[in-house]
Amino acid sequence: MIPAPFDYHRPGTLDEAIGLLTRHGPDAKVLAGGMSLLPALKLRLGTCGHLVDIGRIPGLEYVKEDGGTLRIGAGTRQCVLAQSEIIHSRYGVLADAVPLIADPLVRNRGTFGGNVANGDPANDCPAIVIALGAELVARGRQGERTVAANRFYKDLFVTALAPDEILTEIRIPLPPPRSGSAYRKLKRKTGDYAAAAAAVQVTLDARGAVQRACIALTNAGPTPIEAVQAARFLEGKAPDEKNIAEAARLAASAAAPSADRRGSVEYKREMARVLTARALKAALERAGGN
Amino acid sequence: MKHKINVTVNGAAQAAEVDSRLLLVHFIREELRLTGTHIGCDTSHCGVCTVLLDGQPVKSCTVLAVQADGCKVSTVEGLESGGKLHPIQEAFTEKHALQCGYCTPGMLMTCSALLERNKSPSEQQIRQAISGNLCRCTGYLNIVKAVEYAAQKMAGGVS
Repeated sequence: MIPAPFDYHRPGTLDEAIGLLTRHGPDAKVLAGGMSLLPALKLRLGTCGHLVDIGRIPGLEYVKEDGGTLRIGAGTRQCVLAQSEIIHSRYGVLADAVPLIADPLVRNRGTFGGNVANGDPANDCPAIVIALGAELVARGRQGERTVAANRFYKDLFVTALAPDEILTEIRIPLPPPRSGSAYRKLKRKTGDYAAAAAAVQVTLDARGAVQRACIALTNAGPTPIEAVQAARFLEGKAPDEKNIAEAARLAASAAAPSADRRGSVEYKREMARVLTARALKAALERAGGN
Repeated sequence: MKHKINVTVNGAAQAAEVDSRLLLVHFIREELRLTGTHIGCDTSHCGVCTVLLDGQPVKSCTVLAVQADGCKVSTVEGLESGGKLHPIQEAFTEKHALQCGYCTPGMLMTCSALLERNKSPSEQQIRQAISGNLCRCTGYLNIVKAVEYAAQKMAGGVS
């Protein structure tokens, strides 16, 4: 399969890239790893007049902790992120999820930022950045701004990014003490999107009750779904089986999946429930181990 | 829109003028006539088009030729040197790690890259590494055995 014709640009700096996006408006698309965009162009699910390849722009690949914030450069390859000791030490949800994105060959090209900014609710990283309470840094011709991850996703493939903006960094607040996070995903095979998946982060108070919880679901609607009601239910309560089960039930009721080859609406909602409960248990265990 | 690219393929410098939308796999097969790299699903699932881009296995059906500008590309044709098969190729023969052979070029590239960075991979590491390459004949068992055999051979453990 061959994509429809387009012009290819390889800017050397972010400013040049933003200039190209400004000039070509919605007819331009940002190419990073290309693992979602190129298949979409080949299948002609989309077309674009101009591809702006940001893959060679220096300074977009890093993973570093800096004054209570984990900063991940948007161009960081998924294979590199998976090897990062930082994520294994404090960001269990990332350590769980990154090795489950697509397959190893795709992760050699695919970037973390691309997975976040693509706007596909079937991608794993959107639910994760929501669960971690991340801020997404966008740069455009007006300068830089940040958008909270849970306000970033507007609709299927529609994000808060303007046509001239590029996601440059993902900022994740350092989880407080007694925090844990986890990702649980059901997929039919390596390389498949999730039939259902849940990303959670919890923080316990000094008495061992849940102080704060955040739950987000992958591939459960047109955008990643933040299960706010489920999280609020848990807060202030003991993290026991009964409360976990009720939170998982509430999370599943927030899911609005559509039926496809991965299963019926009922099946996917039920799997969202099961996976939320499992992710909560894993995260709570990690929180207790801090 | 045409672009001048310079790519080193199996050690040989190649200069070409390519269309923006030309895929790396088409450049390799149709422009360079290196048809050892196959096309399978054409949607970045099956991995038969795997080549090494600067040493890393990637699916060349999902990379633009112009993205490879300035990079080193290795294909299955580059595995043997001086008429001598690469240990992973010998191991695939020895351990009967193929039947129809369609996935083999991609599988060989992924396995050779694994052995470059991990001299003695465990069964689990091998299975993980090849999880983006589909084989419908072997059930993977003999492929895993072949990688283990090649690792031993490369370490000097098998004569």
